[in-house]
Amino acid sequence: MPLWTWVGLKAGKATTAWPGRGADGQEGVYGMPRLDATRCQPDCIGCAAHCPTGAISAAPRVALDYGHCIACQACVEACPAGALQTSSDWAFAVRDRDDLVWREDGRPGAPTRPAPATGTFAKSLHIRHIDAGSCNGCESELAALNNPFYNLHRLGIFFTPSPRFADVLLVTGPVVEAMRAPLLAAYAAMPEPRFVVATGTCAVSGAPFAAGYGGGGGVSPLIPVDVWLPGCPPNPAALIQALLVLQGRMPVRVRGGRYEP
Amino acid sequence: MNDCDERVLSAEALAIAAQTALNEGHRFEMAYARPTPHGPEILYLVNRGRGRPFLLLRVQGVREVPSLAAIAPLLGWYEREMMELSGIAVTGHPEPYPLLIHEGRRLSVPPLGEDPEEPVWSGEAAPPTMPEIEADQVQDLVWGPIRGDVLETGEFHFSYIGEAIIHYHARLGYKHRGLERRFQGLPAALGVPMAERVSGVGSVCHALAYCQAVEAALGIDVPPRARLLRTLLAEIERLYNHCHYFALLAKTTTLKVAAAEAELLEERVKQMAGRLTGSRFLRNLLCVGGLRRDIGHEGLDRVLTELGRDIHAHLDRLGRTAGYLDRLIGTGVLARDVAFDQGATGPVARASGLDRDMRRDHPYAAYGDLRFLVPVREAGDAKARADVRGESVREALALIAQASARLTPGPIRAQAPGKTSGEGLGWAETPRGSLFYAVHVEEGRLARVKIKSPSFSNWRVFPFTVHASNMMDYAINEASFGLTIAGVDR
Repeated sequence: MPLWTWVGLKAGKATTAWPGRGADGQEGVYGMPRLDATRCQPDCIGCAAHCPTGAISAAPRVALDYGHCIACQACVEACPAGALQTSSDWAFAVRDRDDLVWREDGRPGAPTRPAPATGTFAKSLHIRHIDAGSCNGCESELAALNNPFYNLHRLGIFFTPSPRFADVLLVTGPVVEAMRAPLLAAYAAMPEPRFVVATGTCAVSGAPFAAGYGGGGGVSPLIPVDVWLPGCPPNPAALIQALLVLQGRMPVRVRGGRYEP
Repeated sequence: MNDCDERVLSAEALAIAAQTALNEGHRFEMAYARPTPHGPEILYLVNRGRGRPFLLLRVQGVREVPSLAAIAPLLGWYEREMMELSGIAVTGHPEPYPLLIHEGRRLSVPPLGEDPEEPVWSGEAAPPTMPEIEADQVQDLVWGPIRGDVLETGEFHFSYIGEAIIHYHARLGYKHRGLERRFQGLPAALGVPMAERVSGVGSVCHALAYCQAVEAALGIDVPPRARLLRTLLAEIERLYNHCHYFALLAKTTTLKVAAAEAELLEERVKQMAGRLTGSRFLRNLLCVGGLRRDIGHEGLDRVLTELGRDIHAHLDRLGRTAGYLDRLIGTGVLARDVAFDQGATGPVARASGLDRDMRRDHPYAAYGDLRFLVPVREAGDAKARADVRGESVREALALIAQASARLTPGPIRAQAPGKTSGEGLGWAETPRGSLFYAVHVEEGRLARVKIKSPSFSNWRVFPFTVHASNMMDYAINEASFGLTIAGVDR
């Protein structure tokens, strides 16, 4: 045991100061593809035809629902005109589901819903996580939040074992059949005010597992959602951004499907 | 099927053929059913050992087969799955209870049967089937389906007196996504993003086994550079998974600094993966025929040297920590014969004296050209499982170095094949053990995909180490198995 104490002291601090300053740890990580529809070729449906989740519709006009996007980059490879590009746009947490949808006549810069978890909650937040049928990718990144690099505690945010102590229900997975009742029971056990974060593309829309007897349509058909975070899986920095968006401590970066740097 | 000697049998001849295989020391890998125009076909895959083709037993056009679980216990779960999902009657099954579709719940049609109709759910969930225990002072603990911390969903039942566990039951299936059916009808190329999302922390191996199965089915030859890069990616996946494993093991043995150190090592590997491929889980790179794009691995060697040095130092320190070793030695002993009969795989099998590794025994990707050791232990306890994982980390680092040193410029993707139909078998040795994909492709579309994840094998085995152990050791024992649930439930 003294060995480890010494090791810990010698190792020093590994924690980033992000989002204040310092690295977010996501160098080189791809986010959602970025769309520039002015470069689209007439009658081209390459992207829509190659999208495995049906996030893109190309005819008559192109529209992209990032709530269905698993960032697989297939559309980027399929696009002959460079209208879709890889990007590092992963901070995709929004408070309005509509903000995840890119339409030609979409309104970037439109007002969004106010942050729900302000005041006392902006200083301390307790999360109950529920895996409602995820692939374990989201869990892997959620577990990473407590590693020394991200050290979520420094932001006053903690995981709690019981929904009765929780302010936030953080749901992953498409909400498969067998998880509907446990999810509703956990939500019912929470004290009010309570907040819900749909975490990962599955939880936002069910994609790519929305179809079939084993699929689910995400969290919102069952309980109201306060923050939507697509990503497959969302990286730990994106998870932090989503929680801070819930508290109003970081701005929403996506309006009408447009990413605002 | 590729790499298989095949035998078509009647249902009556099945038991004798199975017994013959078992008498020769062979082991079943998996069994599944698929619909054909001539009725269901039931396939049993037998591993005949290092360097030998698999044996594939096919029983065609029957809706009823005798259970083999009494002579090959590991087939028990596959048979129960066939009953539930494919509508096959398996007669004389020793444990004919629900597996993935819980007691009380029903599906209108078997999802993997001949009926194309989408199944509809009905019925109220009821408690799981468990033995009745008649004794004083027995306490029952139900843990789940929602557990503490950030954990996958599963429901665990403990019956115990004081500290001693009398019976343990893991009820999985809460996360069943109907994935094998979800694959059906997709163009073969679009199966890759699905395969990557069967078990997120096994994205590379799942995509790899799936791609190899389709490539075998359609006769596609993957170029050497792509094979090497696939190997490299699979070993990076092993690296972060094993770092995670040691973090969890340190956490359950209450070594907080060691847990934090291992978590940081895992994070460093994931960040390296992100820089290298754009994905912390190494997703979106593999495709049928090779890789979707090339990756530059400049600077990888330097990062890996540093990482390797720190990982080695960490493992060495753990090996000198008495409190840690005390908790692992003698904990959760899995006997060699139980490991064999019940189907243990990966580090769990190798810690119980079973010298099996798909990378060496049935080489795929570039493993046939690379040199590595397969660590084996005899003790079968948590310490042995941790030792096997620890040595695998060292081998993974060596494999990455070898693979990157051999890389030469060249094509990374094979041309599209002329064939559009066929059946193929693909496999990978994941960080948790053997993974199999069997695919049946018709006119370019997937007609049936069978997934055998390593945790499907090891969850079957795990309870054998819990019975007659104690509550205090449970978390350590579970961590020493390194199980996931997503791949089991599918």
